[in-house]
Amino acid sequence: MNIQAVKVIYKYEMLRTWNTLFQSIASPVISTALYFIVFGSAIGSRIQSVEGVTYGLFIVPGLMMLSILTQSVSNASFGIFFPKFSGTVYEVMSAPISFFEILLGYVGAAASKSLILGAIILITASFFVELRIDHPVWMVLFLVLTCVSFSLLGFIIGLWATNFEKLQVVPLLIITPLVFLGGTFYSVSMLPPVWQTVTLFNPVLYLVSGFRWSFFGVSDVHVGISLGVILLFLGICSGVVWWMFKTGYRLKQ
Amino acid sequence: MTSIISISNLSKTYEGGHQALKRVNLDINKGEILALLGPNGAGKTTLISVICGLVSPTSGTVAVNGFDIIENYRHAREQIGLVPQELTLAAFDRVFDTLRFSRGLFGKKPDDAYLEQLLKDLSLWNKKDSELRALSGGMKRRVLIAKALSHQPNILFLDEPTAGVDVELRKDMWQIVNKLRDSGVTIILTTHYIEEAEQIADRVGVINDGELLLVDDKVNLMQELGRKQLIIELKEPINKIPASMASHALHLSDDGHELIYTYDTQGKSTGITALLQDMHNAGISMKDLNTTQSSLQDIFVNLVQADR
Repeated sequence: MNIQAVKVIYKYEMLRTWNTLFQSIASPVISTALYFIVFGSAIGSRIQSVEGVTYGLFIVPGLMMLSILTQSVSNASFGIFFPKFSGTVYEVMSAPISFFEILLGYVGAAASKSLILGAIILITASFFVELRIDHPVWMVLFLVLTCVSFSLLGFIIGLWATNFEKLQVVPLLIITPLVFLGGTFYSVSMLPPVWQTVTLFNPVLYLVSGFRWSFFGVSDVHVGISLGVILLFLGICSGVVWWMFKTGYRLKQ
Repeated sequence: MTSIISISNLSKTYEGGHQALKRVNLDINKGEILALLGPNGAGKTTLISVICGLVSPTSGTVAVNGFDIIENYRHAREQIGLVPQELTLAAFDRVFDTLRFSRGLFGKKPDDAYLEQLLKDLSLWNKKDSELRALSGGMKRRVLIAKALSHQPNILFLDEPTAGVDVELRKDMWQIVNKLRDSGVTIILTTHYIEEAEQIADRVGVINDGELLLVDDKVNLMQELGRKQLIIELKEPINKIPASMASHALHLSDDGHELIYTYDTQGKSTGITALLQDMHNAGISMKDLNTTQSSLQDIFVNLVQADR
């Protein structure tokens, strides 16, 4: 195992964030604060509690998921896309390093950043609402699994993308709608029956639902199913990455 | 001589169907400077890329110090440093940081003292905190060399190290290469500057259209393939070559002052004695004699043309 290589890749990727530290911290803090002002205070004050939880508190898990999903994908995709785009990836490809170690470095860093981001949002939220976490261990587990699997997805997108447009398209046109329609700001039970059924095909619903359960003990779908879906998603992403590495997809001719 | 890289029957066909390498066989000796010479698109970069793990071979094998580049890629790659043709560097990284990164990538523990010496050797020490985008092209090229050497490899690949580099810097580069060779590093460089191969290489391989046409000691190559010309300056100009001398491969200069005789140094006999005898018999007297030997350039052009 080439530990040194994993270390330097991980450090390099983390430093990239460090160099834009203000932006990395300020943007999630500001956006979270805005969501709380608009949804939590302004609109939320007119909404009765959802599933026995005040609306401001209810949106915390969804808000975290929203940022984590989009940031994991964009961080991980950029992390591998850029060296590929600039050509510096030759060095990684010619180094005595296995694909698993490459993943560990790039995806590990992206997932770590998302975890930190999640913590920042949670801390920011604590200024607006009184937090309540019923199952903290499950909360952390869901958080870690989500960060890792969506960082993997980001890595796949970064490998697949051949230009900046493609790099933006998936997060913008697929991830964001799925997150918004996955019950980030509402409980599925608030939807008309037809849409409830449609929403069941949205994988993000299961993430948000399971994550919310770890906070308040209430969920749209059973927590076991949530866990199953996220593990399945993790499995699929790992499979795709494995295939990409095995065939040298977009990396090796 | 012990071989440090041994390539056998290596072929590469790209997805589009382009066959970049055709059953290449080559043994690279430990400690030598081997220049791979060939026109653009000959397959030089593909050959290097396969050895370094950037391109998968279609068939054939490569072993680096006995380690197969696929089965034992870790051990094989540990020993290799690669300086790519393009100036591919992350614009915002700093010189010293990028060296630390490269060293770690190859599994070596941090060693700032070594990296400091390396930067000093390459006259880059005063630039250690500069962002890479702020460096000139020549400096960037040096940084790429420093990166490739950051993990103390014993084999160094230089893919067209002096392409687009001015004369001064090119000479600098040759010096660096020579110094490295003295420290025991095996160097393989590709170039399409014949002058470069002639100046610094121990052996020269000529690649064209994916085929390794020949590999030989530079001196041998120039001797063996070198055709020599004997230029005979005449006392009195002549209008045409006398019929009695027609059997010799002679060419008369336009002004009639010179007879040019081309011969092969490898031939059983050069035919010079007979020629001079015939000249004497024909009553032509000479003023001076002069021989020239073809350069690597001529050899190369002849080879590549014959291959077409």
